[in-house]
Amino acid sequence: MALAVSGAWTAERARELEDIVDAAAGRYQGTRSVDIDLQKLERLDTFGAWLIERLKRKLTVGGATARIVNLSERDRGLIDEVQLVNRDTAPKRRVPNRALSGLDSLGRATAEIGWSLVLIAHLLGALTLAFLGTLRRPSRLRLTSIVHHLDRVALRAVPIIVLSTFLIGAIIAQQGIFRFRPFGADIYVVDMVSVLVLREVGVLFVSIMVAGRSGSAYTAELGAMKMREEIDALRTMGFDPVEVLVLPRIVALVIAVPLLAFIGSMAALYGAGLVCWLYGGMSPEIFLARLREAIWLPTFEVGLIKAPFMALVIGLVACTEGFEVDGSTASLGLKTTASVVKSIFLVIVLDGFFAMFFAAIGM
Amino acid sequence: MMHAEPIISVRDLVVGFGAATVLDHVTLDMLRGEILGFVGGSGAGKSVLMRTIIGLLPKRGGTIEVLGKDIAALSERERRSIERRWGVLFQQGALFSSLNVQQNVEFPIRENLKDLSPRLTEEIALAKLEMVGLSADVRKKYPAELSGGMIKRAALARALALEPDIVFLDEPTSGLDPIGAAEFDELIRTLQRTLGLSVFMVTHDLDSLHEICGRIAVLFEGRVIASGPIETMLASEHPWLKSYFRGKRRRPVRH
Repeated sequence: MALAVSGAWTAERARELEDIVDAAAGRYQGTRSVDIDLQKLERLDTFGAWLIERLKRKLTVGGATARIVNLSERDRGLIDEVQLVNRDTAPKRRVPNRALSGLDSLGRATAEIGWSLVLIAHLLGALTLAFLGTLRRPSRLRLTSIVHHLDRVALRAVPIIVLSTFLIGAIIAQQGIFRFRPFGADIYVVDMVSVLVLREVGVLFVSIMVAGRSGSAYTAELGAMKMREEIDALRTMGFDPVEVLVLPRIVALVIAVPLLAFIGSMAALYGAGLVCWLYGGMSPEIFLARLREAIWLPTFEVGLIKAPFMALVIGLVACTEGFEVDGSTASLGLKTTASVVKSIFLVIVLDGFFAMFFAAIGM
Repeated sequence: MMHAEPIISVRDLVVGFGAATVLDHVTLDMLRGEILGFVGGSGAGKSVLMRTIIGLLPKRGGTIEVLGKDIAALSERERRSIERRWGVLFQQGALFSSLNVQQNVEFPIRENLKDLSPRLTEEIALAKLEMVGLSADVRKKYPAELSGGMIKRAALARALALEPDIVFLDEPTSGLDPIGAAEFDELIRTLQRTLGLSVFMVTHDLDSLHEICGRIAVLFEGRVIASGPIETMLASEHPWLKSYFRGKRRRPVRH
């Protein structure tokens, strides 16, 4: 029995060749002795060579013999080479139990949450140590670095923060006027807007913006540094990466967020005032007079006191996630996402705790 | 195997960035079936030439012909079919870090030969991995878990996935220990013979140049100043070639 192989056995034709090979193997399996004749073979590459090898292996199942004949010198190397490959069949992967693997991933996710809190606490400790170190020797504080980061996270964030908080203030005021007017309670829109903005929305919204804008950048930067072994390089030169990289970034954030929260709150009040005037027909004098009655200094303080803590949480989460990046680019994306999601979530949780605290002390 | 027909033909190629001209009227031929070693000082523009040929960098003048076709004159579709006929091994491997080794090799096969059965795709990928000497337990690993030598081998397997006619190697032995480098040289030569490849190799490794390169081309100050077999290089009196091939780190000359 002889099978003649002819034409080009190359990658482009691999699809049809596979069908031919499988058909031939099916038809002639069990034939005691088969010659595979390569006389008319024109071109051969690894795809073709492997398919010939596959045919040969299928035909030899069950003690039959299959030989390759008329093999040209040109193709000998390739045919010899593929005889060695794909010999060991990979062990079949066990199909995991669906319920068990569900429980497994639930457990892992839970442990992951706990572990990420531990890591944040760990970095907080290292940061405190580094901070105390710079207090003892202020010359070690990297002022240039802090100013550089302040420029990035504070100054350059001002336009977008002003614009979006302005709109938020305007929208809240518009909704307030629209709903309060039927009750003749237009004037209380000022109370609602000012308390809401100064106590909660101003700082919360700014923190969320900063987490998305600067927290993600911190994670990506530190992650890329980790990938390119820059952090290891720092460590071998006797520098503490926390002191050199993390401290300036977090100090800059702690300075920036209260400033941005203040600017944002003012912009929101401005937006609210403008809407009250143009949409609600409330003159600016009345708006300002009502504002003076509606709020007092602690309203403002309650908002701004929270800002540095929000900044600390954002910075810690961002830097922790950055250090958690491993060699792959996928993990960089994953950790940057995790950084933003976690810091926004923690900022909101923290805001809740502050609300309970201030309620308890009657502020 | 050796034919005198050029498979890559570069004529008067000019490449520059801003005010700097990196390649100044470079002319170079690579013949079918040869291993061409391409040397030059750091920053001389070796990688720039390679990247210009494969179309990653724009040229300012001159022509590049690959497989007898002027690259600049091709339509998008013709370009793609040419691109399928070369494989590139980047200096750092450039394996896709979100795919494991086997998926990395399967990727070009699956994307270019769409109607291939998953089974054949897998078998071919595994065959390629075995041909470059990677054992079965490496298949499911991700690039971040591999050593430098394994990355180079896996990247070579990926470069060979589509049965290219030409393989571009950017410093294939850099970062490998001498034993690993010698093995890799051997691997390149074996594969070149088995698969009938033409190999364009940018390298600094004198051992590679001695052992496997049939011909060597030298880039100096933006021009190809010499090309020929290693003996020509050793005999040259050009000061840079003298210090490169006969300097302190030269190999003991065997006779």
